[in-house]
Amino acid sequence: MSCRKVWALGWALVCAISAAGVQAADLPAGDYQLQPRAIAAQTWVIEGAVEDFSRANGCNIINTGFIASDEGVLVINTGPSWLYGQQQRAAIARTVPQKPSRVVALNLHPDYFFGNQAWADLPLLALSGTLAGMQAEGKAYEDNLYRLCGDWMKGSESTPARQSLTPGRQDWGGHRLEWVRLDGHTGDDLLLMDHSTGVLFAGGLVFADRVPTAPHARLLPWIKSLRTVQGWIDQGLVRTVVPSHGPVHAGRKGVDQTLDWLQWLHERLQSSAAQGLDLSEVLRLSIPERFARWAAMPAEYTRSVTYLYPQYENAQLVWPAAPVATGR
Amino acid sequence: MQWPVIRRKFMAMAPFTLSEEVIVKGPEFAEDAMNVPIWIDARALQRSMGPIDRIVVVADRNPIQHVLDFEPLGSWPVLAFRIRMEQGSPVRALVKMKDGRWFVGQTWVNAAGGGCTVPGASRADGSWSRTLNQVQARVFRNVLEGGTRLRLRVMHPMDTGLVNGIPAFHIEQLELRDAHDTAVWRLHLHEPVSENPLITLELGDQPQGPWHLTGRDNNGNRIDERLKA
Repeated sequence: MSCRKVWALGWALVCAISAAGVQAADLPAGDYQLQPRAIAAQTWVIEGAVEDFSRANGCNIINTGFIASDEGVLVINTGPSWLYGQQQRAAIARTVPQKPSRVVALNLHPDYFFGNQAWADLPLLALSGTLAGMQAEGKAYEDNLYRLCGDWMKGSESTPARQSLTPGRQDWGGHRLEWVRLDGHTGDDLLLMDHSTGVLFAGGLVFADRVPTAPHARLLPWIKSLRTVQGWIDQGLVRTVVPSHGPVHAGRKGVDQTLDWLQWLHERLQSSAAQGLDLSEVLRLSIPERFARWAAMPAEYTRSVTYLYPQYENAQLVWPAAPVATGR
Repeated sequence: MQWPVIRRKFMAMAPFTLSEEVIVKGPEFAEDAMNVPIWIDARALQRSMGPIDRIVVVADRNPIQHVLDFEPLGSWPVLAFRIRMEQGSPVRALVKMKDGRWFVGQTWVNAAGGGCTVPGASRADGSWSRTLNQVQARVFRNVLEGGTRLRLRVMHPMDTGLVNGIPAFHIEQLELRDAHDTAVWRLHLHEPVSENPLITLELGDQPQGPWHLTGRDNNGNRIDERLKA
């Protein structure tokens, strides 16, 4: 196992979410009870649970989606397992008469692409950096998801996307789509803007009512990317935001929440490092009231600090040894 | 059960007291099994029970249990560092007083594991050899009230010997001496300490820099740095 993989283990650990009240109760074994919900013309989402990854929710905590048109069905994200992919496929077939024709994963995290196994006869697309990341980390994700989700994973094998998607505009049977590559949540964050409906599939960049996950994150680029998304909303290009985790919502709510958190986290880590705090101490600092009720708190704070604080500490240590005294 | 083994190996079956005054803190869950932050603070014990000879840190269920020995000498009995964990385990601080009594503080860290049996980043990419035993450091005042904090990093792969084809290769000893050439603290490190150890120490009430850091790894490579106040 490589060092990158150990990182991956860390990531897959949690992903609690606060979505719009879906699947609060335990699922019957082997049935995700996927219910597509129309959010705009020919556009549906299948919302994940309002919880942490767990066996009770089948580790289904992601929002997937699809757009149906005369060109077929465009599938966005495929969920945490082979089983999810199969049931997603069946749910789409129940909902629309068109045949699925392409499958896109918005980033490299496992619940974006583990259902690909059920879609392997179709073009499986992602950004080229995402393809490489899926290949590098897929095996470690498998280990971790089997550990967390048990039987829900039965038969699942990491099935990375195979074709590189080039960002840009595209007509999809009358939908004026635009694929945009930003970064910060991961090295390659793909977003899909539908200019015909004002729907934005924001991928991992936007979270709502939930602490963002950050094990592959770089905070400053992420903040910059969110300012771009904010601009789209302010200009009226985007009306409805589909985050990967958290409720589908109108306007800037999710973007503003995510920005608020990231900026706060960056300042916390920077000032802690400047004061000379150890990682152990930073983990135990209190968290402001406005974040305290978000889902995945404090687990996600712990994860973020564990992975991100070392970069801030490194910036404070002096090469070569010539300690500088600082104090209050 | 590993605890009887720990008692025999590290305390020669001596009687001991579990003490709330030996604070050991770790995360509930080890997000990164190669860098699990551990915090030890035995100041309260020292105030109530007298001077501390050394603090032995062990992780019961690690394939290598012995993490480090810390002799606070003139420093405060406060230490923070990161360790590798192979699976969920108790992490304990076995505190030996100068009068020979033992006090034990402990915590439990859950872990998905694997931290001891994968190569670190600098071993994986080969960069360790360019930075071996280089030292980074910085002094911070008043992080703990009245304290002088030293944060210290020594670049070292700290190979556990549990990865195929990579023998154990780790820092064995570090010692800090003050301007009067008096030892301020001494550390004996073992394999579970994380790669490129970053250690936080509190140098005591009246620290006198500049300091002299010396040490060696188990291959005989020396560490020798002057740290200014």
